[in-house]
Amino acid sequence: MITAFGFVLLTLLVVTAVAIVVTPNLFVAVMLMSIFSLLMAATFFLLDAADVALTEAAIGAGMSTILFLGALALMGEREAKQAGRQRWLPLAVIALTAFTVIYATFDKPRLGDPAAPVHQHVAPWYLEQTPVLMEVSNVVTAVLAGFRAYDTLGEVLVILTAGIGVMLILANGRPDLSRQGRASASVGLRHHLIPRVVGQLLIPFIVLFGLYLQFHGEFGPGGGFQAGAIIAVGIVLHALLEGEAAGRAILPTPVLVGLMTGGALLFCAVGFAGMLLGGNFLDYAVLAANPVAGQQLGIHLVEAGVGITVTGTLVAAFHAFADREPAA
Amino acid sequence: MKYFGLYNYWVFTLLLMIGLYAVIAKANLVKKLLGLSIFQSAVFLLYISMAKVDGGTAPIIQHADEPQVFSNPLPHVLILTAIVVGISTIALGLAIVVRIREEYGTIEENEIQARDRDR
Repeated sequence: MITAFGFVLLTLLVVTAVAIVVTPNLFVAVMLMSIFSLLMAATFFLLDAADVALTEAAIGAGMSTILFLGALALMGEREAKQAGRQRWLPLAVIALTAFTVIYATFDKPRLGDPAAPVHQHVAPWYLEQTPVLMEVSNVVTAVLAGFRAYDTLGEVLVILTAGIGVMLILANGRPDLSRQGRASASVGLRHHLIPRVVGQLLIPFIVLFGLYLQFHGEFGPGGGFQAGAIIAVGIVLHALLEGEAAGRAILPTPVLVGLMTGGALLFCAVGFAGMLLGGNFLDYAVLAANPVAGQQLGIHLVEAGVGITVTGTLVAAFHAFADREPAA
Repeated sequence: MKYFGLYNYWVFTLLLMIGLYAVIAKANLVKKLLGLSIFQSAVFLLYISMAKVDGGTAPIIQHADEPQVFSNPLPHVLILTAIVVGISTIALGLAIVVRIREEYGTIEENEIQARDRDR
């Protein structure tokens, strides 16, 4: 039954993807992209990736749709007719590549094969050693913030860099004019009573759920990335309902920049604290008298850093688009 | 029945190609970014499909004393972070497209190139 459901989901994914590419209306394409992400999240959940499904649902179906819509509001939503643009060359390239890749899949182990090479390398060691070394239930969190924290630090820095890039690219030009123009024009959904009341009721629960994921990430699905995305969605929802000026008032730009950099700095600080206490960079075992307690403390702090940076970056990216005056 | 187990990988291939088609054949820059998102999601699907183990469950250890089969946690970690990195880079791409629209008045690739030639 579940296998059949998985087949249907995968087929729907392909149908939705084709619709996204074919539709000439960009607004429709963005909405379909949101559905695509939700289907993808359900597929991930069926494939046992609870943490990934949470992230995809919060980021793909929530935040990414808002960012695309924010950008479309500045650009118009019709795609121009492509007269005289040749189709056969890209289609030939696609067909040839598709044939090659599908031919290659016949050598792949089938889905769920326990003897597949990917399951033979380090993964069994992680599953075996996580309860011993860290006493943490969620192995995904243990690998993310513990065993492979160095990778995660790099990824947090990439997110921070991208956030700074968005702010710099969209910050130039007429700051005063755009601030006033948009603030008076954008009143959010203040005149729409029902979405506003229902939305305002939802925000505390969204943020509470985000905090739960943040602090419960070691024991169940959750962690800094998911929590950061969900809290950011809650804050952005407030800005959508009450207007851009009210949204900015609760988290002004200097605070957002502080959050973005502060989270990354907290992550680095935990790494250097390990060095100062006589261990290696990001070695948590020396953070407390008991190595296991040290590991757990390190994971908590690092996840907090991740969550803070992700929240700050996503909210800052939203404001960068929402604050801008549409070009003529 | 053997080929049913490869269905995930075929869907991965199709999604990858649909995304690639949007990137190389569509002139609209927002469409290209949407195609890039589909391409990216296809890669996520490949990794998560590889992590699945028959009869396995999400890698969250509830009862350490009972023998349990878990799916592979490592691809989950890689993709979890990749999704968040993906949205940040897409946001950066959208920001660049917004600036292009302000400078050129269009987001169609051929019109932008025509304007560049006129300069």
